Order: sequence, then C-alpha cells, then structure tokens
Amino acid sequence: MNKLTNKSKLVSDKQMTLSEKLYLPAIFKGMIITFSHLFKKKVTIQYPEQTKEFAEIYRGKHVLKRDDEGRERCTACGLCALACPAEAITMIAAERKKGEEHLYREEKYAATYEINMLRCIFCGLCEEACPKEAIFLTKEIVPSSFERQDFIYGKDKLVESVDNRIDVSKRQTAEVLEFKKNKNFKHNK
Amino acid sequence: MDWNYIIYKIILITAIMTVSLLVAMYSTYFERKFAAWFQDRLGPNRAGPFGLMQPLADGLKLLFKEEFMPNTANRFLFIMGPMLAMFVALLTSAVIPWGSSLNIGGKEYALQVADINIGILYIVAVTSVGVYGIMLGGWASNNKYSLLGAIRAASQMISYELAMGLAILAIVMMSDSLSLNEIISQQKGINWNIWYQPVGFLIFMICALAECNRAPFDLPECETELVGGFHTEYSSMKLGFFLFAEYINMFISSAVISALFFGGYHFPFEDSLGLSQNWMAIIGVVVFFMKISFFGFLFMWIRWTLPRFRYDQLMRLGWTWLIPIAIFNILITGVVLMINN
Repeated sequence: MNKLTNKSKLVSDKQMTLSEKLYLPAIFKGMIITFSHLFKKKVTIQYPEQTKEFAEIYRGKHVLKRDDEGRERCTACGLCALACPAEAITMIAAERKKGEEHLYREEKYAATYEINMLRCIFCGLCEEACPKEAIFLTKEIVPSSFERQDFIYGKDKLVESVDNRIDVSKRQTAEVLEFKKNKNFKHNK
Repeated sequence: MDWNYIIYKIILITAIMTVSLLVAMYSTYFERKFAAWFQDRLGPNRAGPFGLMQPLADGLKLLFKEEFMPNTANRFLFIMGPMLAMFVALLTSAVIPWGSSLNIGGKEYALQVADINIGILYIVAVTSVGVYGIMLGGWASNNKYSLLGAIRAASQMISYELAMGLAILAIVMMSDSLSLNEIISQQKGINWNIWYQPVGFLIFMICALAECNRAPFDLPECETELVGGFHTEYSSMKLGFFLFAEYINMFISSAVISALFFGGYHFPFEDSLGLSQNWMAIIGVVVFFMKISFFGFLFMWIRWTLPRFRYDQLMRLGWTWLIPIAIFNILITGVVLMINN
C-alpha cells in the first residue's frame, strides 16, 4: 500500500526495556533539549517598539482603485459579491449621468459599496473575481472598534483618494495579470 | 543570657527571614524568566530594567485585589490555611546552618539560628506540618476542586515523606548524627555526601520536588484538571501567601539538598586558601547560596521540561519504586559501614 505521507510510521507494541522504564535517560535528554533553548534566538517581537513586518502581498483592508485619471474603476458588476464566500459585500449599482464622466470610468458605477469587515475572511477572492481590477487587498489592518456598525465599510472608507494613491503593484503581479486573461474562468470571458 | 546574644539572634533571625522572603520574591521573577527562555520567549521585561521590578508589581497587585471569600467557606480555617502554609515554610529556615561561625571580638557567632542536635528531624517534622496549610485551605473552601487538590496534596505528602525520610536515614547513618551542623562539617572540602549516596540524592531530589508540589508533581494545584486545585477559591494576598510559601519551600529544600549532599558551605580547596575565619565564613555563605541557586534553577528546569504525572503514576512511583530503592540503599549503606568498621 502506498503511504500517504512520508511521516507515517509502523506502530508496535514492544515492551519497554529497563532503561526506558527508568525514564531517567529520557528525562536527561529532555532536560538537555530545554537547556539548549536557553541560548536560542528569542522569537518575541516587542510590540510597541517593534512591529512585525508584513509580507508585501499581505491581505488586509480592501481598497477600491481609481484609474490613472482618477475615475473609479468599479462598474458594480457584482462579481466580487458573488465570489465572496462570506457574503460580506453588498452594492447598489447606478447609471452614470452626463457630466459625471470624470468620476466614473464606465456607464455604470456603484452608488453604494459596502464590505462588512466582521464577515470578511480576507481570502482575496473578490480581488481574483474582479474583471476591472478595481478591488484589491492592502497591507493595512482593519482597526478594532466598539460598535458593530463601525465595521461596515462604505465607499467613504474603501475608495482611495485621488491624491493619495495606494500601491497595489505587489498584488498585481504578472501571474495575476495572466490569470485575469485566462479565458477558462467565467468572469474573463 | 546576655544582651549581646539576644541582639545577635534577633539580627540573624531578621536577616534570614528577609533573605527568605526576598529570595521567594525573586524566585517568582526568575521562574517566569526561565520559563520564557526555555520557550524561546523573553519573559517579564517591562517593569524596571530587565523587568526587575516585576515581583514588586505582582505583590502590589495581589495586595490591592479584591479579598473574596465564598459564603459557604469555613471562615476561620479559610484564613488559617495560607497563614499556616507561610508560617511553616518560614519555620524550617531556623535550623539550617547558612555558614560557619563569625569571630567578632573573641566571641563565636554561629550563622545558624538554632543548632539543635536533631536538626534534620526537625525539618522533616515541620515540612510534614506544611501539608496542613494546604489541606485546611482546600477543605475550608467548600469547593470540590479545592477538596480534590487538598486530598491529593495530603496523600502525596504522606507517600513521599516516607521515601524522603529513608533517603535521609542513609545520610544519618553515615554521619552518625542528626545535627545539620555536624552533617555539614563532615563534608569538608569536596568530601561531599553525593559521592557516597548518589541513589539517596536522586530519591531525595524526587521527593523534594513532590514535597514542594512542584512540577512534575504539582497535582494538588494542577490547573488543567482542578482549576487551581487547593487555592481555587483564594484571591488577593491569601493566594499570594500560598504561592509565596511554595517558593520559600523551594528555597529551603534547595538549602537542605545542598546541606545534606553537597557539603553546605564547604567548597573545594578551602583549607589551602589560608584566609581568616571571618572571610572563610563569608565566602562559605556565598558558596552556599550559589549551591542553593543552582538547585533553585534545577527545580525550574525540571518544571519546564517534564509533563505532569498522572495520579496513579505518582503513587506507583512513590510506593513501588522509591521506597524499595531507599530501603535497599539503607541496607547497602549499613553493610558498607559494617565492613569499614
């Protein structure tokens, strides 16, 4: 029979030898192991002074991107909401009026766009689903709060400001771009 | 009885009490530090430099905590428990010779509160009273976990006292005296008892761990099964007293182990130094405390290495292993003594 992992081991019910029954050799061995840990590098991160370095592709708070001309990319297609396994995303679509061309990139946009951060599991599937590269997860962390209502993030908190763009190039790698072109996936068709 | 004598005794007693309490205080700090280091952490380092103020902060916290007493508890015994535990823990330090004697103005001042000729017997007797603190506290709490912890403590103490006494007996046979002073003075230089009684030392060490309720024998309090064991219902400084008593016990048993098996205040090549008596005494005290510190460390080292025994394993180890081995040890000691005589 094939082994499932290389960690599997044959079980035996052999009797313990005298030295094993005494436990003392095993105890000394254990004590040497613990003693060696006295001199090992400590893993503690002293929080307020030091902070843990996040990975460049950390999946934190979401951002709704604007394009180069500062127009919102989101077209309220709803694919992110559909992809979301936690059902954290809701949106209401609206039609772009005349004179709003500098605000929204296409004829349809999201009038409201809400993510419930208490439901969100930060899996990044919304980002994968988005055909317009409008939503991305960032290195920022969702701060804590006392009220549940505070965790429903609307467009005021999600859309990036025109002057202060958020860099998502690390999450937008060549592989990601290639993936977005893959016609095997429904949303790319 | 002259005044000199009384003042010297009072100073000595105060010094020993203060040192025991200080050592107990900082044992908690080092316990946490070593625990952290054994687990690749840093340990307390926020209160003061290197976290050295941590014991003070802990003590103050305990003092200011709410004094809670369950309404079904027996008030008198509930308060009596931690008091007795603390009292008994401090009592044992009286007979331990912390050093040889100082010579001030032609008079000898022994660094020992009471040089009674049955010192080691006194220690065994007093430590066995120590279980009453735990038992009274656990029973008076009127809580099943406390009671279970107390019962475990009682049976554990009784079982391990036997093996402990038998291990001591071999030492007493060798040195032909029950006085701790006499036992230590026979271990001059490096002529320590450990070379003659390694098995006795092992048994005594295991029993000392059990008597102090230290891991791997911390069944009376074991958090995973009994919430807090005998001190589940205790809060504030009453809890502090129980915890403190445990650390003082640890300190005293380290001292007893060093005295019985590792020559107490004696150290190798002490005669070739050619120092005056007073200097020898002072160095002796320092050496004794170094030995005690090592055993304190050993206690913590064992605690953070070994998992807790199961209750039946504890009983089997005590009754079917340690006691027979200890009796055999006495037998062999007796035979060797007879041949040598």
